Amino acid sequence: MKLITAIVKPFKLEAVKEALLALGIEGMTVSEASGYGRQRGHTEVYRGAEYTIDLVPKVRLEVLVDDTNVDPVLDAIVAAAHTGKIGDGKVWVIPVDSVTRVRTGEKGSDAI
Amino acid sequence: MEFNTGDTAWVLVASAMVLLMTPGLAFLYGGMTRAKSTLNMMMMSMATIGIVTVLWVLFGYRMAFGHDGNGFSGGFGLANIGADSTSGVAINGTTALTIPVIAFAMFQLTFAIITTALISGSIADRTKFFSWCIFAVLWVTLVYFPVSHWVFDFGDINGNGAGWLAKRGLQDFAGGTVVEINSGVAGLAMAIVLGRRVGWRKDPMRPHNVPLVLIGAGLLWFGWFGFNAGSALGANHLAALAFMNTQIGGAAALIGWLIIEKLRDGRPTSLGAASGAVAGLVALTPSCAYVTPAAAVVIGLLAGVFCSLAIGLKYRFNYDDSLDVVGLHMVGGIIGTLAIGLFGANSVNPAGVDGLFNGGGFGLLKIQALGVVSVWVYSFVVTLAIGYAIHKTIGLRISRDEEIEGVDLSEHAETAYEFDGRGGGGGGVGSVFTGSHKEEGNY
Repeated sequence: MKLITAIVKPFKLEAVKEALLALGIEGMTVSEASGYGRQRGHTEVYRGAEYTIDLVPKVRLEVLVDDTNVDPVLDAIVAAAHTGKIGDGKVWVIPVDSVTRVRTGEKGSDAI
Repeated sequence: MEFNTGDTAWVLVASAMVLLMTPGLAFLYGGMTRAKSTLNMMMMSMATIGIVTVLWVLFGYRMAFGHDGNGFSGGFGLANIGADSTSGVAINGTTALTIPVIAFAMFQLTFAIITTALISGSIADRTKFFSWCIFAVLWVTLVYFPVSHWVFDFGDINGNGAGWLAKRGLQDFAGGTVVEINSGVAGLAMAIVLGRRVGWRKDPMRPHNVPLVLIGAGLLWFGWFGFNAGSALGANHLAALAFMNTQIGGAAALIGWLIIEKLRDGRPTSLGAASGAVAGLVALTPSCAYVTPAAAVVIGLLAGVFCSLAIGLKYRFNYDDSLDVVGLHMVGGIIGTLAIGLFGANSVNPAGVDGLFNGGGFGLLKIQALGVVSVWVYSFVVTLAIGYAIHKTIGLRISRDEEIEGVDLSEHAETAYEFDGRGGGGGGVGSVFTGSHKEEGNY
């Protein structure tokens, strides 16, 4: 089992969700996040005073998948979140030791 | 005596409109602060409503408009508002008021409230709330009441007991000196006494809620019709002229400000639109009933352009006038007050005097300048004295740690928003009801 974490532009969330639904992925966790990468934020001007806003709003998606699903899910997220412009985000995958569904007590793949 | 019902009705409505400006100001200011200090910012305005109203009823009205004083101040002692509510007084030393004195007292009260509240914009994020309340008491008593007497009190029906600037013929219809310059200069003095915020010019201090700023600006604009047109103290031609010129001033300055932003910064902003409107409304406050609508366009544009340039000066002089009270109210007030000396037109207002551009020479301009300088100096000196007196005794400023954590939390034990513990608010994830109520004796 793997945990796929994706940081994407907020307006791409819907596209990513649809792409994952199409793959039969049944659950995910989404949270608002902020940060910066190479794009280093943007500039805002208030009454002539310029502010560099380096923490840009992003969305963080977390999806638990079986090992066999890793590549299709990863590719689907990247394809759906891609704009080609700076600030598109990142996706990474880490191994998961155990998963338990709270309601039933199911473990492992059954709990995903 | 007989009162004019139309005049009375208008002044009562105008009083309610002007009172609404103070919550409107709270929104304007509250939206411009960071999220961690917005409640304190709004509370400084709200508390002023309470404090100034009580003082006005106790002794303030008599200090401002009692005819038993001199040119510098009205009388001292209990105001007894209502005791003489059926007697008429004069509005300019010759014309009898057509409304009950108690309506006039209510109307002028709302001016004292918002003028005091305006100062709070320069001391955002870092002021002890109790000290602000003490400041409001002292400032409105030692500065506002006398200065409003200087300018607004034309004495009784024979002109006895009039303020010294009113006697000299200063033209200030709704308070360019009394309200705008007075509060702007006081804001400057308090910014100097308090010092700069932690992280000024380093940390981002952008407005946390610009839509709230726009709501505030809208309420102010609406209330300003009561402020300016209500100052005619009757439902008449002057009220209509002031009403129209108020609208023109706000509109022209809005455009002027946005043009400067477009040229200087590349993009016009919504905060700029709100700021420009306020700048123009400020400039038309003294001048609205003394100039033609065409002149109001020019005055509004001047205010929009010069106020937007003036707010940058705080970075050059390195004082933290947090929400630009000086750049808007002091500068706009000076522009509007002096503009009467240039654009004043006897043709639109029989009580008005022709200014320089209407063949009146420099006479009026000199009186206007006298009004500007005397109010500026008096307000600056006395406000500095009050500020330092509080600073040296009970202290004006919260601690550095409290300021970083947020003045809302340290002064009010409240936070405006739930941020899940991020960004300066508790109350979200992790907040726990302790099961105790103060009234159960758990003090």
